[in-house]
Amino acid sequence: MHERLRGTVNSSEQSPVIEPGYTFASVTDQISAIVLRRGTPLGWIVGFTVSFTVVMVLLFAIAYLFTVGVGIWGINIPVAWGFAIINFVWWIGIGHAGTLISAILLLLNQKWRTSINRFAEAMTLFAVACAAMFPLLHLGRPWYFYWLFPYPNTMGIQPQFRSPLVWDVFAVSTYFTVSLLFWFVGLIPDLATLRDRAPRRAGQIIYGILAMGWRGSARHWQRYEVAYLLLAGLATPLVVSVHTVVSFDFAISILPGWHTTIFPPYFVAGAIYSGFAMVLVLAIPLRKFYGLEGFITMRHIVNMAKVMLATGLIVAYGYMMEVFMAWYSGDTFEWAMTKNRMFGPYGPWYWALIVCNILTPQMLWIKKIRERVAAVFVISIVVLTGMWLERYVIVITSLHRDFLPSSWGMYSATVWDWATFIGTIGLFLALLFLFIRFLPMISIAEVRALLTETEGKES
Amino acid sequence: MSINHNRLDLASLRARLGSSRGKEYWRSLEELADTQEFQEFLHREFPKQICEWNDPVGRRRFLKLMGASLALAGLNACSRAPAEAIFPYVRQPEELALGKPLFFATAMELSGVGAGVLVESHEGRPTKIEGNPDHPASLGATDLFAQASVLTLYDPDRAPAVTNIGDIRSWSAFLGAIRSLLQAQRALKGAGVRILTGAVTSPTLGSQLAELLKQMPSARWIQYEPASGDGARAGALLAFGTPVNTIYHFDKADVVLSLDSDFLTCGPASLHYTRDFIARRRLEEGKTEMNRLYVVESTPSNTGSKADHRLPLRPREIGSLARALARHLGVPALSAAEGSVAPEKWIAAVARDLQQHRGSSIVIAGDYQTPEVHALAHAMNHALSNVGKTVTYTDPVEAEPADPVESLRRLVKDMEAGQVDLLVIIGANPVYSAPADLNFAASMSKVGLRVHLSLYYDETSELCHWHIPQAHFLESWSDVRAYDGTISIVQPLIAPLYHGKTAHELLAAFTDQPERTSYEIVRDYWKTQKAGGWGAGQTAVAGTQSKPDSPEFDKFWRKALHDGFVPNTASPQRSVSLRTDWTSESVKRSSGPLPSGELEIVFRPDPTVYDGRFANNGWLQELPKPLTKLTWDNAALVSPATAQRLGLSHEIAWRGGEHGQVLADVVELQFQGRKVLAPVWIAPGHADDCITVHLGYGRKRAGRVGTGAGFSANTIRTSDSLWFGSGLSVTKTGGRYPLACAQYHHNIEGRNLLPSNTLNGYKKDPKFAQQEFPDPLKTPSLYPGFQYKDYAWGMAIDLNSCVGCNACVIACQSENNIPIVGKEQVMRGREMHWLRIDQYHKGEIDNPEVYYQPVLCQHCEHAPCEIVCPVQATTHSAEGLNTMVYNRCVGTRYCSNNCPYKVRRFNFLQFADWETASLKLLTNPEVSVRSRGVMEKCTYCVQRISHAKINAERENRPVRDGEVLTACQAVCPAQAIVFGNINDPDSRVAKLKKEPRNYGLLAELNTRPRTTYLAAVRNPNPELEKT
Repeated sequence: MHERLRGTVNSSEQSPVIEPGYTFASVTDQISAIVLRRGTPLGWIVGFTVSFTVVMVLLFAIAYLFTVGVGIWGINIPVAWGFAIINFVWWIGIGHAGTLISAILLLLNQKWRTSINRFAEAMTLFAVACAAMFPLLHLGRPWYFYWLFPYPNTMGIQPQFRSPLVWDVFAVSTYFTVSLLFWFVGLIPDLATLRDRAPRRAGQIIYGILAMGWRGSARHWQRYEVAYLLLAGLATPLVVSVHTVVSFDFAISILPGWHTTIFPPYFVAGAIYSGFAMVLVLAIPLRKFYGLEGFITMRHIVNMAKVMLATGLIVAYGYMMEVFMAWYSGDTFEWAMTKNRMFGPYGPWYWALIVCNILTPQMLWIKKIRERVAAVFVISIVVLTGMWLERYVIVITSLHRDFLPSSWGMYSATVWDWATFIGTIGLFLALLFLFIRFLPMISIAEVRALLTETEGKES
Repeated sequence: MSINHNRLDLASLRARLGSSRGKEYWRSLEELADTQEFQEFLHREFPKQICEWNDPVGRRRFLKLMGASLALAGLNACSRAPAEAIFPYVRQPEELALGKPLFFATAMELSGVGAGVLVESHEGRPTKIEGNPDHPASLGATDLFAQASVLTLYDPDRAPAVTNIGDIRSWSAFLGAIRSLLQAQRALKGAGVRILTGAVTSPTLGSQLAELLKQMPSARWIQYEPASGDGARAGALLAFGTPVNTIYHFDKADVVLSLDSDFLTCGPASLHYTRDFIARRRLEEGKTEMNRLYVVESTPSNTGSKADHRLPLRPREIGSLARALARHLGVPALSAAEGSVAPEKWIAAVARDLQQHRGSSIVIAGDYQTPEVHALAHAMNHALSNVGKTVTYTDPVEAEPADPVESLRRLVKDMEAGQVDLLVIIGANPVYSAPADLNFAASMSKVGLRVHLSLYYDETSELCHWHIPQAHFLESWSDVRAYDGTISIVQPLIAPLYHGKTAHELLAAFTDQPERTSYEIVRDYWKTQKAGGWGAGQTAVAGTQSKPDSPEFDKFWRKALHDGFVPNTASPQRSVSLRTDWTSESVKRSSGPLPSGELEIVFRPDPTVYDGRFANNGWLQELPKPLTKLTWDNAALVSPATAQRLGLSHEIAWRGGEHGQVLADVVELQFQGRKVLAPVWIAPGHADDCITVHLGYGRKRAGRVGTGAGFSANTIRTSDSLWFGSGLSVTKTGGRYPLACAQYHHNIEGRNLLPSNTLNGYKKDPKFAQQEFPDPLKTPSLYPGFQYKDYAWGMAIDLNSCVGCNACVIACQSENNIPIVGKEQVMRGREMHWLRIDQYHKGEIDNPEVYYQPVLCQHCEHAPCEIVCPVQATTHSAEGLNTMVYNRCVGTRYCSNNCPYKVRRFNFLQFADWETASLKLLTNPEVSVRSRGVMEKCTYCVQRISHAKINAERENRPVRDGEVLTACQAVCPAQAIVFGNINDPDSRVAKLKKEPRNYGLLAELNTRPRTTYLAAVRNPNPELEKT
């Protein structure tokens, strides 16, 4: 492993990043066995079946959407954006934790990231895949989506580069590409391990192709380390930039409630906040069902809870500043929007979001709660809900009562809005089930590198 | 709609036939048709479309069939044009230039009285109605009914063929069927013949009816107009002893008092009156003089919303107020009757104001007020020396003025007595619209042969033996008088799409001239007129055979058709004097004051679907009604205080909300023993203790669009309380009904969107509107400004002039192929109007000041929509238009979110009708028909700008000021909308933008809108102004 990963062990009273007693062989055996062992666990079959069924709901909703039009959703004039944009921002935000863990924490030499970065990255990919669907689905004429890309054409028209939606296209596609590469490069040594251990021909061939001829030579390792580090460097600005660009979708507009300079940092913090919540929501059951407590230790849980608490406080500051600036600016429309957001028809949504995003996570200050896996799991779910509500409040309450009272209106989601949203959750879970079944969910190579640190020498 | 699933009991039918004695020809349909089962059997046996209307499932199937038949109907266009010459208005081309519209003058009749229009025709398809600037009832403007009439023309639900009890028959079969009956009736001098029409002003039709009555002296002609009040006729009879037609000259009036009269938007002269009235309110070029309007009314109306002082009173209290006021004005011989409920101070102040403007004031009574109020108004005008100055009288414009209810009552009596053998109903729909107490449908069933001529197969057609499809006025030759007597000749723009017949042709069949076309009938009438010279009210008998055209007549004919009216046919003024004894009669008739708390009911024609005749017109159904902003429904309007007393309310629904769906309490209205269920609408400014219901809804057989919308007020309307009556009881049912409301929120929330002032305030501070908005052109910008070398189009809308009549909304819809979306979609907040009339209330809830603000795309210099579109689908043109490129739009809707005016409209679904063949003829070929998923909005009628520019370029000159009229501008009776080149300092729009009242909506956002508004100013009486 690279030097950066070989720093000194934090020998505080913190629980270790990997439980003692593991050897290179046992690490490899345990992680690869999840993929290679014969027979599929019943739990997996049930889980996958359920999530795959939900994917079918998604496909049905999409088919109907393409046949009839976006009018099947609850959107209208003035609320021309609804669930599609809310879900887009939410999913993109969730993806951010993966990149933060794999890239920024790598650069910051945080070793505890090692055992969670693989599935956090996978989560990023799947979340971005879910997110990227929405801008396409929400188009009135989705069959012309490619007009948003700058491609040479006989019409001589290019996208309108002043529009944040075009920036979105670049931000999201770049993000997806880099995340995919980063994830795949990280997988290569493990794919080679699986290739070598696969009992059946099919597995050997498929993993063999994917391993791209990895032989584990020193030269391979050296190039791999450089490439991995470079990709981490590339991915790092994306953690900040993608959600900044997403926040521009709102901040660039002139709508009260959207036109706010605090949006970029507050969106990024919110993204990491919800991302860590999602990692926790996934990690806690995974370590339980696959017996991975040795790899994903209490140290991980506690650290992630702390990150959640910190980003949650940034988000709280964002909310506070938003309200303060609305009052302090003296802008009639801004202040009316803020009051309407709090006490208007969508007031309960706003207060629910305050409870979910600000009040509930404060419990994480208490060490006992932080160290209770079940409590952290529940809080994470609450935070995920809160972050979804935050996007709902931002999109809907700003639009539904803007400048001219004559054009005020209301929004309520239809069954198709919900079908699409829940469908993407199904898609996300289905992809995740496939991932844990066919790929090592914890990086074998990187965890083996950790052993040298915990045990002091190679056995 | 209920579905009758009763199976035909053939056995019992057979038994019935078997048990009948003698030789019974069971094929005689009239005899067997009296059972419902047999009707159904017939309809199944002969599966014609009509029977399917009862069945929603069957209707869908029928619509499919209809699609196919319409494809064939389109072939009509291939049929040979009849050899009847019609003449274009502007210029007669040597040959038709494809792609260039021609304009033809004709006239549209509503409740008998006509207004001149110009019809835009593209390759033989009439597509758009414009006003005829030379016609006195139009002056270039039209009302919304005229605008929407092209949709009715192409309505696929119009009756497609002559039918006999649902069976398609030929016209000659009909002629054969009535021949023997007519022969029998001739022998009886037509004792069993009754002809029911609407009001008739057509000289030709009048002469035809006179001829018919001459041939059959015992026959009777009944005129019934469900939406026309008889107060004016009866009031004139009361005051003068003779029916007269009153004409008001608002251009000469300084003070106007309206007693329940909505003269700005209702009635055949409303366009002319609006023009004159508003002309006296213009504050341009430093003018600081304005007329003053007092309105006393029960139901909030457009006229009431323009009032400087408005007093809501129950309809009967208006009579007392008129009496009290008349006493103040010194109307002689008026006994001191009961005390008025109106504040004495108000009456005294108004009386003083009127007296200070003797000879330059008007007292106008509403069509739906009692004859007494009309007579009092006449007397007041006499007392104020207004007669001959601001008020003049002429002979009535109707061919034969009659008391509509009385004659209808007599018809019903005759029918009940079995004295009627042949009933011919022309145009009317009495089964739906007759007062409920007359039981018209039941008594009509006793008539031997019932013939109905109408556009649609409606409630009346269903109960008639023969139904003849009527030709639309754009398919007809006819003539009609305007409110001042001016005659227009109605010329067709297109051959009848459904082989419709005109009233002239039908009547000719009854005078034994079945083969004559209406062209011949109208032309021959005018030949005889030409021979004799014309005068008002002259009814010569139509010649029976065509005479050869004299060149002189030919010239006259061409000119009359070209101009759209026959010159010098306006009725001459006549002088009438007040009867000396009218007051005693009036007192005798008047009744005491109503105890407060007793509820009164008010009936009014609907502002958009009128008496129900436009119920199947989707444009009119979806048009937000002025003041309530409801679409697709009527409601029981009630004042806030009364609603509170009765515990009635409504609230916005989550779906659509303020801009869509309102859940209203349902009440049961019980009036004179009859009941109807109605949703409640709280109308600020409505008089307390009374409820207004609008006619025209609850149609059972209107067509796909109108059937089932709303409730029918006719079911509780009686012949002695046609327009209002007391003794209404209201019961809350506990149910809720969703109403589609386009604007629920009328509170401006303290925002500076609509500055207004009083006249005195304006004199002190002319720039009151601008103080609140910095000059947009002086605010800084990072981007360099656009340069406009030639034209910079802009618009100015004078809010002081706008009366909120909605004609611009329909004009825009018609010009720009804007689809309708249906009630369900309106309730979701998805209606498509590019131009809407925002309406805000100011002041107390019981009697608020109402302000209108037409909002369309503001064509911002710094358009927020332009910078957020990812695909450059909305861009800035070289002339400053904010253009929308439909082909490029992918539908992100970001532009709409970023538009502070929310004027953009999105095709959430496939709203435009691409299927119905007849509706394809309706589209303006110069405007794209949009597909689903595309954003659209006002373009400033860019197609009209291009037209003008092409013409100007060909003549090598710049576009002249006033050469481009946007559709909304052209139709506006108040001339509130002015469009033009703001680069030209001499253009009218540039001058208006320099007016001190000019301001930009939300200008503080630095959007720099090209559309600006001129703030509204009111002229309250200082005596009545609150301190």
